[in-house]
Amino acid sequence: MEDTICAIATSSGIGAISIIRISGEDAIPIANKIFKGKDLTKVPTHTINYGHIVENDKVIDEVLVSVMKSPASFTTEDVVEVNCHGGIATTNKVLELLLTNGCRLAERGEFTKRAYLNNRIDSLEAESVMDLINANTEIQRKMAINGLEGKVSNLINSLRADMVEVISNINVNIDYPEYDDVLEITNGVLSPKIKKVKEKIEEILKESENGKIIKNGINIAIIGKPNVGKSSLLNALIEEDKAIVTDIAGTTRDIVEGVTSIKGIPLNIIDTAGIRKSNDVIEEIGIKKSLEAIDKADLILFMLNNNEEITNEIIELFKKVKEKKYIVIINKTDLPTEIELSNLELEENEVIKMSIKENVGIKELKEKIIELYDLEEIENKDLVYLTNARSISILKECLNKISEVESGIENNLPIDILELDIKAIWEELGKINGTTYEEELLDEMFKRFCLGK
Amino acid sequence: MYDVIVVGGGHAGCEAAYACAKKNHNTLLITSNLKNIADMPCNPHIGGSAKGIVVREIDALGGIMGKVADKTHLQIKMLNYAKGPAVRALRAQGDKVTYPKEMLNILNSLKSLEIKEGMVEDLIIEDKKVKGIILSDGTKIEAKIVILTTGTYLKADILVGNTRTRKGPHGEQPSNYLSDNLKKYGFKIIRLKTGTPQRIDKNTIDYSKLKMEPGDSVYHTFSFDLEPSYKIEDQLPCYLTYTTEETHKIIRDNLNKSSMYGALDDIEGIGPRYCPSIEDKIVRFADKEKHQLFVEPESKYYDDIYLQGFSTSMPHEVQEKMVHSLPGFKNAKILKYGYAIEYDAINPTQLQASLETKIIENLFTAGQINGTSGYEEAACQGLIAGINATLKLEGKEPLILKRSDAYIGVLIDDLITKGIRDPYRLLTSRAEFRLLLRHDNADLRLRKYGYEVGLIDDERYKKLIKKEKEIQELKEYMATTHLKIDEETKKKFEENNISLPVGSLTLGNLIKRPEINMKFMCSLIDIPFMENIQNQVEIELKYEGYIEKAKKEAEKMLKLEKKQIPEDIDYDKIKNIASEARQKLKEVKPRTIAQAIRISGVNPSDISVLSIYLKKEYGKDE
Repeated sequence: MEDTICAIATSSGIGAISIIRISGEDAIPIANKIFKGKDLTKVPTHTINYGHIVENDKVIDEVLVSVMKSPASFTTEDVVEVNCHGGIATTNKVLELLLTNGCRLAERGEFTKRAYLNNRIDSLEAESVMDLINANTEIQRKMAINGLEGKVSNLINSLRADMVEVISNINVNIDYPEYDDVLEITNGVLSPKIKKVKEKIEEILKESENGKIIKNGINIAIIGKPNVGKSSLLNALIEEDKAIVTDIAGTTRDIVEGVTSIKGIPLNIIDTAGIRKSNDVIEEIGIKKSLEAIDKADLILFMLNNNEEITNEIIELFKKVKEKKYIVIINKTDLPTEIELSNLELEENEVIKMSIKENVGIKELKEKIIELYDLEEIENKDLVYLTNARSISILKECLNKISEVESGIENNLPIDILELDIKAIWEELGKINGTTYEEELLDEMFKRFCLGK
Repeated sequence: MYDVIVVGGGHAGCEAAYACAKKNHNTLLITSNLKNIADMPCNPHIGGSAKGIVVREIDALGGIMGKVADKTHLQIKMLNYAKGPAVRALRAQGDKVTYPKEMLNILNSLKSLEIKEGMVEDLIIEDKKVKGIILSDGTKIEAKIVILTTGTYLKADILVGNTRTRKGPHGEQPSNYLSDNLKKYGFKIIRLKTGTPQRIDKNTIDYSKLKMEPGDSVYHTFSFDLEPSYKIEDQLPCYLTYTTEETHKIIRDNLNKSSMYGALDDIEGIGPRYCPSIEDKIVRFADKEKHQLFVEPESKYYDDIYLQGFSTSMPHEVQEKMVHSLPGFKNAKILKYGYAIEYDAINPTQLQASLETKIIENLFTAGQINGTSGYEEAACQGLIAGINATLKLEGKEPLILKRSDAYIGVLIDDLITKGIRDPYRLLTSRAEFRLLLRHDNADLRLRKYGYEVGLIDDERYKKLIKKEKEIQELKEYMATTHLKIDEETKKKFEENNISLPVGSLTLGNLIKRPEINMKFMCSLIDIPFMENIQNQVEIELKYEGYIEKAKKEAEKMLKLEKKQIPEDIDYDKIKNIASEARQKLKEVKPRTIAQAIRISGVNPSDISVLSIYLKKEYGKDE
């Protein structure tokens, strides 16, 4: 009850604005940690504050933050509400940031439950909350189990198995110090084992990126000079499958200009309007807007004109593009070739030659995207990925703790202290599939080791 | 009429009787055999990992196990010294002759204590309240409170090969009817099993084939009040040996003759997971070539050597072969054969945290009757039951130690909340706050409770206050004193291969560096405090981050401990609670939300529903 909780309060999907609600003792300081603007810990209660959500000084979203201090709030605790403008992907990112900064994801109905327990709402309302809590927990539980019957679950279980092996071994060393036939876990023995766990977690996190793609799609930015054919490409991509455009939920008008899909994966083509509308020549390529779009995108379609020479601005911009996944499109192949590609240091297979006018190259582009994201695989594998922000934040938390263990090993901390952190990681992992029992550890100890009087 | 009757004179009974009589409550200790007071029927050691900390806790609260062990042991050791501050623990080899003798001396010195021999077979119960005991000859003795510490003597059966004999560890008469009567009063009775190895004549062992394990070469005491009363060079060594391939073959060839492997077909008792017999080890760990055995002296005054690790229920002739197959034991003479023992215990979820039973008022139980194993586990329960019996007589609230206060708190909470399947042994891994529950700070954690309940006198309490003050002073000294780096200091850093600190650091900052310890620091600068104060401060500063984290977790749990559940709650009235959770909650009857959370089978959603129900039915203060 004393944790600070947060959740997306608006229904996911349609809507230009999403609200994240935070409630609890640390609501204001936690929000303040990721907020650039006024110092939220000092603003008066019931104020709306303009600013940005930042991660390591990088702007994630432009937001309005309401601060409501205890007791005059929905839960009667300190409450902060963040109005996000950046669509679902950005909102999830903000949520993730809150989770890694000390919030816990609220259970369904938990805000209402707190409101009730703090005498904010009456028992009649609470009755319905009670039903809600129960029903939802049951579904949540089943969902969690369903969600875990995949590769990730096996990975997490094997991870926990590796860890419980180490933990039980250390505990046996401690509880039976004179048994010389049990391997003594020293920092030297521990180090490679911890490294292995770390690599596995990193692998799961990498895999979960795929999960995000399934759930949220691929954000694509089309970058290029005015008149290079960006709108035509957008239309060509969307025109193909109009029905899907209207079917896809979870996109917002705000940043996404158009949506299509390949192999069932949504492609969210994000707004680069500023660049398109820029009507000046070479210098006014709209570098600033382009950089923002590059930042938001998972994949950049970098469009060049077959009929024009490459400028220095293009070369500069391409350096930024190269930090992300990208495909270079050379449009207007129906016109004479003036372009000289050697300055861009490109590989042959990174380039798609296209003439939107003559309907050449669209199919190749799609095939390229499929190849790049292994979408054929995603479709066939029927994988269940770790997609929810909570599990991902747990794993990230585990990585933090592993770093602590690693520096502890380096600093030669006693095994007793190191074990506390290792056990904490094991327990943390257990929260993902809900199987942390002390008994599990004891059983393991006495199953694996031969001890006794 | 007595204030308190303690039934049983084992380690639980002794502490219980001591606590009651020390506080001048008119107490009777009744035992089936006066010779067996404070007897050690199994292994000869006191303490060990986790258990050694419990002995310190008993001493901090004002109990006597640590003092008796200090005065009588054959050797003493600090375990796990290098493994870290939270897992260090003392272990002593007790003397099976002088330990009980010293204990009896202490008990005999108490004016309010009477000790009698008699077999208790029933209780006087009126209106769900205990009023006294009934002996096998029908004699009734009345008391306000009864504490049962019957150990393994409830319907005890000794199992050897294909024989089952109704008798206790030394062949005495067990209590045949008490557990049936307890069942009649509503207690759930469970059957447990444990075992013990052979005793060997120490003069018939060839020690040249064994590895010697001496005691420590520095002095230790369990008690915070005693100075060491032994000499380091007088300590008796233990020895190490191993089973051989021949031993394993003998056991495999004769497996069906073991009581536990088919010779008896009516085994009900569940044996301890952590204490398998040698048969179990050979079967379960078939690929192991040898098993370690510890050869431990039992007393200065007789010849028995205890063969730890060789517990068995094989027939005698097989045991002879097994023992003679061990290196150094070719001509060994067995003085007492190993055996398994089955006994009745009560399911401890029927207890309150005070160790008073939920079913019969004024009836307390402690020790093996509650499903635990081990002398230390028994003694600490005896002490708590004794203390709470006196507090009840005095009309005061019981002493309930939290999981973050003491291993004793962990043990009792585990018993009453989780129940048991096999005999319960304390392990370091059971304590989630073990960094707070250290060997070195047991007095700082618990003496104040001992003082409040009246077992720690003013003089000893003043000593504690002084220690607390000095710790504070040293901390301040270290926070404000800077290390001057002169040539001599530089040289010392170089000699010890420690990189020189940049700038002028306080001692408090320096000690946090992993390579710097208090001993090294004392070589650089005068630290005008006693060694025990230095050690305490060193641990607290060096592991400050971890300790703070643990304290924060403990506070979190404490908040939940404060959310009480009324005794009259009717779980059937709560809708939407899962049926397994409902059944567990009805069985355990948790007193707080924190305790409810720890029950296996009760899920977070059940806790939510329960919290809301409490709020609705009992108002905002729950």
